[in-house]
Amino acid sequence: MTYIVKPVNHHPNLEKNALGLTRRDYEGTISTLCAGCGHDSISAAVIEACYDLSLASDQIAKLSGIGCSSKSPSYFLNQAHGFNSVHGRMPSVATGANLGNQDLLYLGVSGDGDTAGIGIGQFMHAARRQLNITYIVENNGTYGLTKGQFSATNDQGSKSKYGEENVLAPIDLAAMAIQLGAGFVGRSFSGDKDQLVPLLKAAMKFKGFSLIDIISPCVTFNNHAGSTKSYDHIREHNESVSSLDFVPIGQEIKTSYKEGSIVDVPLHDGAILTLEKLSKKYDPLDKGLAVQSLNEAEKNGKVLTGLLYIDPEVKDHAEILNITDTPLNQFSDQELCPGSDKLEKVNASLN
Amino acid sequence: MSKLASINEFVIKFANVNGSGSASANQMFAKGIFRSGIPVSPKNIFPSNIQGLPTWFEIRASEKGYLGRKAGIDFMVAMNPQSYAQDVAEINSGGYLLYDSSWKREFHRDDINIIEVPLTSLCVDEFKNPKTRLLFKNLVYVGALSYLMDIDKKIFIELIEEQFKGKEKLIAPNVQALKMGFNYAKKHLVDACDIKVIQKNLTDGMILTNGNNAGGLGCVYGGATVCAWYPITPSTSLAESYKKYCDQFRVDEKTGKNKFAFVQAEDELASIGMAIGANWNGARAFTATSGPGISLMTEFVGLAYFAEIPVVIFNIQRGGPSTGMPTRTQQSDILSCAYASHGDTKHVMLIPSDPKECFEFAADSFDISDRLQTPVFVLSDLDIGMNDWTCPEFKWDDAKEFDRGKVLSKDDLDNMESWGRYLDVDGDGIPFRTLPGTHPEKGAYFTRGSSHDEYARYVEDGEVNARNLSRILKKFEGADKFLPKPIFKQETNASSKGLIYFGSTEAAMQESLDQLSASGFPIDAMRIRSFPFSTEVWDFIDQHESIFLVEQNRDAQMKTLLISEGKINPEEFISVLCFDGAPITADFISESIIEILSDKNFSKTAEEMK
Repeated sequence: MTYIVKPVNHHPNLEKNALGLTRRDYEGTISTLCAGCGHDSISAAVIEACYDLSLASDQIAKLSGIGCSSKSPSYFLNQAHGFNSVHGRMPSVATGANLGNQDLLYLGVSGDGDTAGIGIGQFMHAARRQLNITYIVENNGTYGLTKGQFSATNDQGSKSKYGEENVLAPIDLAAMAIQLGAGFVGRSFSGDKDQLVPLLKAAMKFKGFSLIDIISPCVTFNNHAGSTKSYDHIREHNESVSSLDFVPIGQEIKTSYKEGSIVDVPLHDGAILTLEKLSKKYDPLDKGLAVQSLNEAEKNGKVLTGLLYIDPEVKDHAEILNITDTPLNQFSDQELCPGSDKLEKVNASLN
Repeated sequence: MSKLASINEFVIKFANVNGSGSASANQMFAKGIFRSGIPVSPKNIFPSNIQGLPTWFEIRASEKGYLGRKAGIDFMVAMNPQSYAQDVAEINSGGYLLYDSSWKREFHRDDINIIEVPLTSLCVDEFKNPKTRLLFKNLVYVGALSYLMDIDKKIFIELIEEQFKGKEKLIAPNVQALKMGFNYAKKHLVDACDIKVIQKNLTDGMILTNGNNAGGLGCVYGGATVCAWYPITPSTSLAESYKKYCDQFRVDEKTGKNKFAFVQAEDELASIGMAIGANWNGARAFTATSGPGISLMTEFVGLAYFAEIPVVIFNIQRGGPSTGMPTRTQQSDILSCAYASHGDTKHVMLIPSDPKECFEFAADSFDISDRLQTPVFVLSDLDIGMNDWTCPEFKWDDAKEFDRGKVLSKDDLDNMESWGRYLDVDGDGIPFRTLPGTHPEKGAYFTRGSSHDEYARYVEDGEVNARNLSRILKKFEGADKFLPKPIFKQETNASSKGLIYFGSTEAAMQESLDQLSASGFPIDAMRIRSFPFSTEVWDFIDQHESIFLVEQNRDAQMKTLLISEGKINPEEFISVLCFDGAPITADFISESIIEILSDKNFSKTAEEMK
């Protein structure tokens, strides 16, 4: 594969956002994933979300591990710094990056092998630390780059392209993240842009660990009859618990939702997340209920999507560590080095 | 019975039960000698255990300044019946054995002097609380030693007052225990010991501290803002020292917020990942670990090497391989650090020899790592890291500015027509880097561990990849000008053979060189302080027909490194290797070398050397 340059000329009348940027300004290089890959739809949703929120790309850092999913940050936000790290270790790199400069928006992109397999430990601890990141799992139940092995999110009984049956139970990353204390947990489907874009926008505005587990069918290795992560299977078994609108600060809330089914969730910066509960008994602020609902859905062969859980009160990692508001990478030598006077006192304490 | 007599030159050893509170009393005794103006080197020889196993504490006092470990004990304080047999066997003829004579014992040696102090009985009579009785036994023997060796009791009282500052009610009973031992000895043990401490001023301008304390402090002075680490002996106290000094110097007075981040990671993979992530953002960050941690970190080390991200890694070496001897010292990670990670990789190493260098190298390591955009290993060991050393005071030049290397600002980017992350524009192999968030339109790139071209784009073109690898090597080959040069023990070379050593071996070296001279084998010596090696190292080897290479590992790892990097005939090196986990002694070095030189095959050379 070589680096493919996209044409830079834009149509002069493209729609612009508050920064005067068009959607094209949020694009990346041309994708080298398979045609029809769910991951490319997710890249498009990221572009849409960033455009809608009028985010400055240079204030976003996009980080990934290894695998098909982890290649995708190349395919959006050309003006954002990216970091394709090592397999399963993106969470630690993102944690360090965030400690160095908590002012940037961190977008972590991982896959089910990268997160539920090799990287499950780092994923769990990043959630536990409440790392301020939007952590996207592009979940296709398979190891694509190494040609179709089962991943740890693959459903028991699901069949591989070669007819082999997966004999192990899957790991539910969303349920796990909720139990670990993640402040924002959603699940979506790469083919459902209407649900995914607002979910991404809300996650990006959320301060703390936000996981979006996105079922993203692998057209080459896991999109056949017998697979539970195929486009057809997900469309048939998708059960949405909520639909949401993200309302930035200062904008009037206008929703078309039925009265009585709406929940308004204020976020850290004053923005409002407006949520329609599609199921009467579902409450995304109830941790126990969220886990229970996920378990029930799994039993019934359903894939629960939408905003599954949110705790708007969480403190993020930098707050927990009581780090200065000024990012640590912005202090001068004098502000960091105690100098010779203080050293004399240290010497005096050691003799 | 002959009594060993000595002034300000002796080795005293304490044999205790781990978890009995002995280490702080023994430390206090060492500091008492230091405060008497005599250079001292305490060594804590402890088990990987919290309570119950035997533990030892050796203190060498030497007004000559010979502070390496020395085998053979002049004075043994035997507090642990479990280890009596081996402790008694170690005592030099004419030496002393102090034991708790609440239970009388026979030691079956008629050539040593037995000093009986009923420590337990004294404490039982004086103190009610069983735990207090146990802890104060240690101070009672310190008090007795204070009398026996003529160390001013006031010094210990001051040390007690300093130790319990803020917990004042503990001072009186501690002083009481100390005086109890002193008075008992004064009454019952007159003229029992001819080993004496006579006050001098040889420790003026010196401090007594360990390398991990110094290293953590050096990181604060070097501008490190992020420490990500995972607990592992013997490196843990370096991270804790960083935190301790940050709490003193890096808390914003107005807001009470921290100008540092201290993260105990879930494992070593995460700790180095965090350090790399922070450095990618331009915040100086480090991790501290030991051998097993290095093994776990190697994949990330390769990423930082290839993606050219600064990161500082402290390796406080311990006995390997595998879990090995976690509480013993070795210099056995030379190769695993120099060539850490798969593929063609080579790494900068700084090798301090005492706490003062731990401080200096720690502070400098961040400049070096930023300048070269590559991982830097600081290779200390357990002996330097966890034992207190008598060393010169730390110094800092306030005029010093950090060298943050080739980092482009927004203005720089505005004034540039084109930029490539991995483009060598000025011929030193070091490219210019940008930090995320610097410029709205310029300077963004994709950092990756996969093969890339000068513009950080993914490539599978072998030629481009080879070009990149060669540039990185060029950077490495020019690295030595930023690194500490070797230290020579002589002004001009004079002997036909040379001696090379490094790290904590320094403690034993001056004594060994003096012994060699006294035996008729004066020898030129050079201490290596960094890798890649500078021309001074190669010149020294060239100027000598053969080289004794002293290492604290089994496989002569520094020799392997010198041979592979310098294309030197392996025959030129004669290895002197100590790998039993105890700090190397001058006697071991000298005897090994004299034995070789006295061998008939070497006799001619030995003649020439005279």
